[in-house]
Amino acid sequence: MNSLVLAIIGIAMMLAGYFVYSKYLARRVYRLNAEFRTPSHELTDGVDYVPTNKFVLWGHHFTSVAGAAPIVGPAVAVIWGWLPAFLWVTLGTVFFAGMHDMGALWASVRNKGQSMGMLSGRYIGARGRNLFLVVIFLLLLMVVAAFATVITNLLISTPTSVIPVWGAIAVAAVIGQMIYRWKMNLLLTTVIGVVALYSLILVGDRFPVVLPETVLGMTPATFWIVALFVYAGVASLLPVWVLLQPRDYINGVQLFIGLGILYLSVLFASPTIVAPAVNHAVPEGTPSIVPLLFVTIACGAISGFHGMVSSGTSAKQLDKETDGRFVGYFGAVGEGLLALGAIIAATAGYQTLADWEAVYSAFNEGGVAAFVEGGGAIVNAGLGIPVSLSATILATMAVLFAATTMDTAVRLQRFVVQEAAEIMGFRVRNVVATLIVLVVGVGLTFSAGADGSGGLLIWPLFGTTNQLLASLTLAIIAVVLLRKKRNPVLVLIPLVFVLVMSVYALVVQIGTFYADGNWLLLGLDLVILVASLWVALEAAIAMQAARKGAFDPETDDPVLAGSGRGGTVGSD
Amino acid sequence: MTTRTTVTDGLRSLSAGLREFYEAPYRRTLSRARRDEDDLFTVVVLAEALGVPNPASYYTVELLPLVADRVHEWHTRMGMERSPLDGISCC
Repeated sequence: MNSLVLAIIGIAMMLAGYFVYSKYLARRVYRLNAEFRTPSHELTDGVDYVPTNKFVLWGHHFTSVAGAAPIVGPAVAVIWGWLPAFLWVTLGTVFFAGMHDMGALWASVRNKGQSMGMLSGRYIGARGRNLFLVVIFLLLLMVVAAFATVITNLLISTPTSVIPVWGAIAVAAVIGQMIYRWKMNLLLTTVIGVVALYSLILVGDRFPVVLPETVLGMTPATFWIVALFVYAGVASLLPVWVLLQPRDYINGVQLFIGLGILYLSVLFASPTIVAPAVNHAVPEGTPSIVPLLFVTIACGAISGFHGMVSSGTSAKQLDKETDGRFVGYFGAVGEGLLALGAIIAATAGYQTLADWEAVYSAFNEGGVAAFVEGGGAIVNAGLGIPVSLSATILATMAVLFAATTMDTAVRLQRFVVQEAAEIMGFRVRNVVATLIVLVVGVGLTFSAGADGSGGLLIWPLFGTTNQLLASLTLAIIAVVLLRKKRNPVLVLIPLVFVLVMSVYALVVQIGTFYADGNWLLLGLDLVILVASLWVALEAAIAMQAARKGAFDPETDDPVLAGSGRGGTVGSD
Repeated sequence: MTTRTTVTDGLRSLSAGLREFYEAPYRRTLSRARRDEDDLFTVVVLAEALGVPNPASYYTVELLPLVADRVHEWHTRMGMERSPLDGISCC
C-alpha cells in the first residue's frame, strides 16, 4: 500500500466527516443557531469572555489539544498493523472526537461558557464534580510520568536533539522578553524565534550530546528524568509570561510547520508502507488488539482532554454558536491529521518488513522513536533534508510538545493539590504544592525501575483515563440532549463503546500488572476501574432522570409541578 | 487599492491575529496577576488610613483619590463585608 494513497483516503474521510456529518450534527442534533447570543457577547469582560475570530480560535483550540499524545499513541499502536490504527483514527475522528469536541463546546456555550467540571455538577449531580476532579488528577499525574519517559527515550535515541530541546527554553525566555519588555512586533518576533530554533537544530545535529555511563551517580535515563522534573517544577512556578506563554506559542507555530513538513514529504516521496495491514505475527507479550488498541490511541481518535479545552476556554470566546462546528469539529480533524501522519511515519519510513519488525520487537518498543526514525527517512526522501537532520527536527518537535504538556500539567496539578488542601482546611504554599506533585510524578515514573520504564507502562492507563473523561463529557452531552427531549443516540453509541472498551482494557490490565507484580500500577488500575464504574452508574441515573422529567426548554432546569423554575445554576 | 497597501493590510491583520493567538490563552492569568499587584498597591496607599504607620504617607496621600474608586471592589474581594476605612464609606 502506498502511503500517499492512505493519506489521501484518510484526509478525504475526515473532510467528508467535516462537510457532511458535522453539518448534520449542527443542524439536527445540536441545532446550532447563528442568532443565539453566545457568552462572549452576553458576558463580555475583555478577559475571559472575548468574541474571537473563528480562525484564531480554531488555531488556539487545535494547538492546545494536539501535542505529543496523538504521536505517541498511534506510533505504539501500529504494532498491530497499520489498518486497525488507521481505521480507529479516521472513524474515531469522524464519529467520536469531532462529535465530542463540538458537543462539549455547544453544551458549554449554552451554559455561560462554564467548564465541564461545573457542568458535571449541574447535569450529573453533586458527586459528579468530585468524580471529575479525581479523574482530572489521575489524568494529569499519568501524563507527566508518561511524557517524562517519552522525552527521555527520545533524548537518548536521538542525541542530536539534546541541544535544540534545552536551547528552546532559552529561545522561549528571550521571546517572552521581546514581547512584553521590548514590545516588539509579533510577526518579526515569530520569525526570529523560528529561525533561532531551527539554527539550534542545525547546531544540535552537528554536536550530538551523549551522556557518559554515569552522570552524578545516575544512569543517563535516570538523569534526564530527574532533570525534566526539575525543569517542569521550576517552569511551572515562574510567572507564566516568562516561559510557559512563549513556549506554548512557539509550539503552536511549530505544530503547523511540522504538519506541513510531514505531509509535503509524504506527497513528494510517497513511500510504500512496509508494515503489514494487520500484523498476524505480533511479538511475544503483545496484548490483544481488542480492547488495547482503543485505549492506546486516545488522542487522535477521541480524547476527554479536548472537552476541558472546549468548555471553559474556547466556549467563552466563541463569536457565533455556528462557529462551533469549525472550531470544535475541525479542531478534532487537525488532531486526526497529526495522528495519521504518525501512523504513516511509523509504518512507511522503513525499507523492508524485516527492518520494521526489528524496531517493533516488543509492545511499547518502537513508539515515538520509530516515528522519528521512520519520519526522518520520509522527510529525507521527500524534501531532501539529510536523514539525521530530519530525525533531529522530528525528535525536537515531539519533545517540545511533550515538555510543554509536562510543565503545564505540573502547574495544573499544583492547583488541584492546593484546592484539595483547602477543602481539608489548610493552606499549601506554591513551592510545597509543586514539590508534592513532583514527588508523586517521579515516584510513578520510577515505579517499575530506575530507567523509567514505568512511564510507558502507564501509557494504556493514561489512554483509559482520557477515554473515561471523554465518557463523562459524552454523558453530560447526552443528558443535555435528553433534557431538551432530543434523540441522543449518536452520542450514546460512542459513549457505550468507549466506556465498554475502557473497562474491558482495565480488567485485562489487572491481569498483566498482577502477573508482573507491579503493585503501584495495579492499585492505580483499580482506582480507575472504580471511577469508570462510578461514571457509568452516575451517567445512567442522570440520563434516566433526564428522560423521565420535564425541563424548561430554554434553561434545561427541571420544571417542578406547581412551582416555577427549580434546580441549581452553578457560577464561577 | 494598490498591491502594496493590500500586502501591508494583510501583514497587519496577520500580526494582529498572531497577537491574539499569543495573548488569549493567558489573558485570565495575567489579569489576575495584575489584580494582585493592584491590591498590594492599594494596601500601601491605604496603609495610614488603616492604622499602619507609613513613612511615605506624605507621598501616598496624593494617590488616595486614585484608589478610592477601587476600594469597594477591593474590600469585598478581601472578604470584608464593610469598608474598613472610616474616611471612605462605600457601602
